Amino acid sequence: MFEKVLTQHIQVPQSRDIDYYMKHGGYQAFRKVLKEMEPDQVIEVVRESNLRGRGGAGFPTGVKWGFVPKNDEKPHYLLVNADESEPGTFKDRLLMDGNPHLVIEGAMIASFAIRANLSYIYIRGEFVKEARILEAAIQQAYNKGLLGNDILGSGYRLDMYVHRGAGAYICGEETGLIESLEGKRGWPRIKPPFPAIEGFLQSPTIVNNVETLACVPFIIERGARWFKSIGPESSPGPKLYCLSGHVNTPGVYELPMGTNLKELIYEYGGGVLDGKALKAVIPGGSSVPVLRPEEIDVAMDFDSLAKIGTMLGSAGTIVMHQDTCMVDALLNLIHFYRHESCGQCTPCREGTNWAERILRKIEQGRATERDVDLLEEVANHINFRTICPLGDAAAMPIQSFLKKFRDEFNAHVGRHRCPLNSRL
Amino acid sequence: MKVEFSESAKKEFDAIVQRYPQKRAALLTVLHLAQREFGWLSREVMEYVGRLLDIPAGEVYDTASFYTMFYQKPVGKYHIQVCHTLSCALRGARNIYEHLEQKLGIKAGEVTPDGKFSLVKVECLGSCGTAPVVQINDDYFEGLTIEQLDDILNRLDQNSE
Repeated sequence: MFEKVLTQHIQVPQSRDIDYYMKHGGYQAFRKVLKEMEPDQVIEVVRESNLRGRGGAGFPTGVKWGFVPKNDEKPHYLLVNADESEPGTFKDRLLMDGNPHLVIEGAMIASFAIRANLSYIYIRGEFVKEARILEAAIQQAYNKGLLGNDILGSGYRLDMYVHRGAGAYICGEETGLIESLEGKRGWPRIKPPFPAIEGFLQSPTIVNNVETLACVPFIIERGARWFKSIGPESSPGPKLYCLSGHVNTPGVYELPMGTNLKELIYEYGGGVLDGKALKAVIPGGSSVPVLRPEEIDVAMDFDSLAKIGTMLGSAGTIVMHQDTCMVDALLNLIHFYRHESCGQCTPCREGTNWAERILRKIEQGRATERDVDLLEEVANHINFRTICPLGDAAAMPIQSFLKKFRDEFNAHVGRHRCPLNSRL
Repeated sequence: MKVEFSESAKKEFDAIVQRYPQKRAALLTVLHLAQREFGWLSREVMEYVGRLLDIPAGEVYDTASFYTMFYQKPVGKYHIQVCHTLSCALRGARNIYEHLEQKLGIKAGEVTPDGKFSLVKVECLGSCGTAPVVQINDDYFEGLTIEQLDDILNRLDQNSE
């Protein structure tokens, strides 16, 4: 029987309060780490658990922490990536709103593991309420002696602050986030050097997603074996799935990693809205390749989705029913990427702009077959030619929509209008 | 008009700078503070922030102009931000937006003549499970119907009398 751990207390009004959190075992893992463990032991346990980053890339968290130099002179930093902006994704907001101390405790343990004495929670600027909740929770932690100098007599010092972004999707990319935290445009950096070696202010820096860090206290307390027993061993653990679009009961569902996508939509999501037929599903946030209805009998984990040519990403599942025009849906997404392209790399800056113009032409029935080919060409010229993955994130939807719904694009061309009269 | 923080904002500024190993890193936080104080980031405000943080005004502008939440012209007392990205679009964001356009008599990027309301379309607000979503100033309004929207507008209209 699967036990919800991340969202167990989220419905309780007092769940934001430190006393409630501590009464239910909160900060025990951090205590344990301070009293009984060395930083490298913490990294080892997390590596052993196979925890993989929940922000989208799925990189093993313990391995990432292990890249931080051990005996250097520079300060180290732990940055919490709370810049949740991938369309279709709204899980970190729920955690910060309903279980802020879990996120903070995870950040404390990660900071200890990488020998950081300063940590920032970089939260997207629009989440004003959540930023205030986190600030209040951090203050409570200071008051209990869980932050500051000589925490619980261990000699370990840690300060933590909330830092608000100001409206830019690209700051969710870790090097864009670091640039932004330094008070600049969120322009991603060329890697290497990786942030673990040269990040915030040229010092070793780890950037972890909110949900990733929320898993850490449980791994410390219950052990790597417990974590690995949930879902597939290669990418295990509890997972927050975000369900939106044309389903009857959208929302965030905490389920074992590897939950079947069909089950997610029909059992947890209550099926397709208004009893209509399913047309398309984007399983992992707007950047990942779209699936057709016959492809959704698949386990929602990193490896299973990769096998069928898409990605788990941030687990933002967007469902579309029969009345959705695929050209219009893609136009909506490409408008997003055009707007959010930081402008640094020509293929992405110009390519997203051209793609949007061509798509608008197709949607309005003014395009020829040549335009559909051109759209594909533009996407192929963005992919893998940019500093950061935003370019790929824009190209993948174009390529997959064209591959799987080409007939609909052609129908727009042939009939000189949208066959569905769609207006998203 | 001379641009200067209020006494309480000056105190807040001093506390903010303490949180960062370098002054420049405080820029976004100080710009948020400046916008709260002055309503929007005029050239004079950006120059003032630059002087406070020892950053050339041009670099303050370079950073501020990158972010959609930093306003370079005045917005309404109630700044209405309608999410129109896919999940909201699938659940009726267009109806919400068009209703606002018609009711307020303005288009995206405009302010009502009395300065009460401004309207913009914004990209994904990260609240897709409760679409359609509108943010007004700092607050989210989720799972909105046209009726609820009218109620909210009426309430805000009365508040600003």
